[in-house]
Amino acid sequence: MNTCTDKIREIALNLLKNKEVDRVVGFAKGSLPMASNPVAITSEQEVDKLVFDSVCTLNLANYIRGLKGKTAVVAKGCDSRNIATHIVENQVNRDQIYIIGVPCTGMIDKVKIASLFKEDITHFSEENGVLKIGTPSEEKELAKEDYLRENCSLCLHRNPVIHDVMAADAVEEQILDNPYPDVEKIEAMDCDAKWQHFQDLLKNCIRCYACRNACPLCYCPTCFVDESGPQWVGKGQNETDITTFHFLRAFHCAGRCTDCGACVEACPMNINVREFTRKLNKDSFDLFGWEAGLNINDRPPLDVYSPDDPNDFIK
Amino acid sequence: MGNLLEHMGIERDRVHFSWISSAEATKFVDVVTEISNRVRALGPIKKFVKDYDK
Repeated sequence: MNTCTDKIREIALNLLKNKEVDRVVGFAKGSLPMASNPVAITSEQEVDKLVFDSVCTLNLANYIRGLKGKTAVVAKGCDSRNIATHIVENQVNRDQIYIIGVPCTGMIDKVKIASLFKEDITHFSEENGVLKIGTPSEEKELAKEDYLRENCSLCLHRNPVIHDVMAADAVEEQILDNPYPDVEKIEAMDCDAKWQHFQDLLKNCIRCYACRNACPLCYCPTCFVDESGPQWVGKGQNETDITTFHFLRAFHCAGRCTDCGACVEACPMNINVREFTRKLNKDSFDLFGWEAGLNINDRPPLDVYSPDDPNDFIK
Repeated sequence: MGNLLEHMGIERDRVHFSWISSAEATKFVDVVTEISNRVRALGPIKKFVKDYDK
């Protein structure tokens, strides 16, 4: 992965030196071990801030809207699909974006790794798919593929779908017999068990809206939860309001979600918010053969009418 | 939307979609009767209801 970082820096340096772009949006090392920050750099001196490793978990497509001039952005498979979604939804202009594609072998699940240690993790490094993680008293070597995030282990589009330049050779795509085992597990439950499952899932939610803020799809100037006239949903910690927020936010992402996992990553309470959007992704695929953001020409299924649309739910 | 509600544990029979013209009075009656019967069969809903006493 380090060669990838070097290549990203080299590309960014050339772009800034030749004034081809006004800024480069990428990942920088976070202030804690096993963390990364999004960063926008505007000068050649800053390119050394850019990194790419297995903890670049946020979605950079969220940071390219509403900018003047031309922006270069580092994009994993899922980021590139969200950039494509932005272009389709007229949030950015293709000419204003320079995509530095990065083939991705998945990001690691920090919660799963932290649970292996008694103390806080103080150092982290990786080489050739082996993670070296240590606390003050112990050190472990882990195989990266055993500790991928769930969405990364089920990812079908690891290579960027659109790019202007690639920072490394394309990686092999995964072939999965069943990309939605988690959804099917819930579908098999009975009605009350499903409800209980989601109530248990959300019982720790503190309504901080970190999931919404990290999500590249949630760009409404005023979110429905923040509106006061009409007030669509209560603002407190009532279970019903929490459920309504998550249910409606997920539905606003129907046919648009790329399962990038930024929502889960941002959640301070480690709630798997993806359980809602996953169902909609599965439905989009089953009903419309649609996966979000695969190119910049097709309109999303909820945006177009076709006489072949499934309509057996209308009486 | 019905699918996601069902996925979350709201019975499918509680949400109905229909397209009825203002000239289709009999269809309106039929649809409303069917909806009423199917919802009545499920009984009152306790989910998604705010309990202010809690």
